[in-house]
Amino acid sequence: MVNWIWLFFITASFVAAVVNGRMELLTEAAFDGAKNGVSVSFGLISVMVFWMGLMRVAEEGGLLNKLAALLQPVVRFLFPDVPKGHPALGYIMSNMSANILGLGNAATPMGIKAMQELQKLNPDKETATPAMCTLLALNTASITLVPTTLIAIRMTYGSAHPAEIVGTTLAATAVATAAAVLADRWYRYRSKPPISGDRSGPRSVGRDPSMSSHAAGSGGGTIASITAAPPVSGGKG
Amino acid sequence: MYGWITTISAWTIPFMIVFIPLYAAFRKVPVYESFLDGAKDGFGTAINIIPHLVGMMVAISMFRASGAMDLLIALIRPLFDQLGIPSEVLPLGLLRPITGAGSLAFTTELIKTHGPDSMIGRIASTIQGSTDTTLYVLTVYFGAVGIRKSRYALKVGLFSDIVGFLAAIFICLYIFG
Repeated sequence: MVNWIWLFFITASFVAAVVNGRMELLTEAAFDGAKNGVSVSFGLISVMVFWMGLMRVAEEGGLLNKLAALLQPVVRFLFPDVPKGHPALGYIMSNMSANILGLGNAATPMGIKAMQELQKLNPDKETATPAMCTLLALNTASITLVPTTLIAIRMTYGSAHPAEIVGTTLAATAVATAAAVLADRWYRYRSKPPISGDRSGPRSVGRDPSMSSHAAGSGGGTIASITAAPPVSGGKG
Repeated sequence: MYGWITTISAWTIPFMIVFIPLYAAFRKVPVYESFLDGAKDGFGTAINIIPHLVGMMVAISMFRASGAMDLLIALIRPLFDQLGIPSEVLPLGLLRPITGAGSLAFTTELIKTHGPDSMIGRIASTIQGSTDTTLYVLTVYFGAVGIRKSRYALKVGLFSDIVGFLAAIFICLYIFG
């Protein structure tokens, strides 16, 4: 589906640029977008390096396991495929807590860390597992208690009650999250997954991931998938 | 309530930065070495995301600059007028899932033009605050681990965006109306 959306954006842009006579703007926009993509990624470096360091300390100190154990019931309901006591659960919990507290720049590294842990359970390294989809659904809907940025903007423009939107935001975000969880559940049980490892648990890791990778073609991303998979449990020299 | 929550938000990160290493040190973990060990993975992870973000941001940037976005909005507008929803917020519904910075800029513009305490200002604030940028989250989270087949994840994300968008509008119309 991402393939189609991407293609749609690009072709629709081209057609619209022809209609509106904005062809010269299109080139500029393309390169601006590319530049933005790089600068956003670079902006992530500092945050990622710092939080991944701190999270490693938390992991080795046994804090993540504690956190995962504490919230076991909720997580078991949302992530039935992840084995009990797996480190992914601790990261998922930290990611969700950071989202709730509105700590966006802490939530992202923890979410990515959770993804990396879930990736270890994934028999096909290029295809998302149901657990990964659930984690993503929770993050796209992102429950937030206090939308701090917006309150600040409302203050700037002289609102009489800058925080009056806290209640409506909370209600809307709860509805959106519920919709995400329900839709995720629906797809999870409806789709006969291409990976048979889904319900038979994490043991069936022996499947050859190259089967699908070459069919997908297009090159580019394979390096990322190779380098991204192993680093977490990497050598402690 | 609001004061409480902002205080908790302000304290959380400093507390974590102190508490985590203290706790780990108590458990005999060599904390600084452990920090460095984990931190060195952060760089590579961020770098892995670059191709994914560049690809998406090029497409989004083109989509907006070419006027395709405006065409799409013009198409949906009549439906909104029918439902009695202020159509000024419509572009936000389309921008929100694809660009965080873009939709924040648009929200700010709406708040500036119509006032933060107007219905449009309140609806815009609620929409902006209630969901995250689906396409960005998908790109970054899956990009970081090299997932290329996202299966139904995007559909779920976009569905929850639509539900959240409509919920934000109707909740505001009900509460502030």
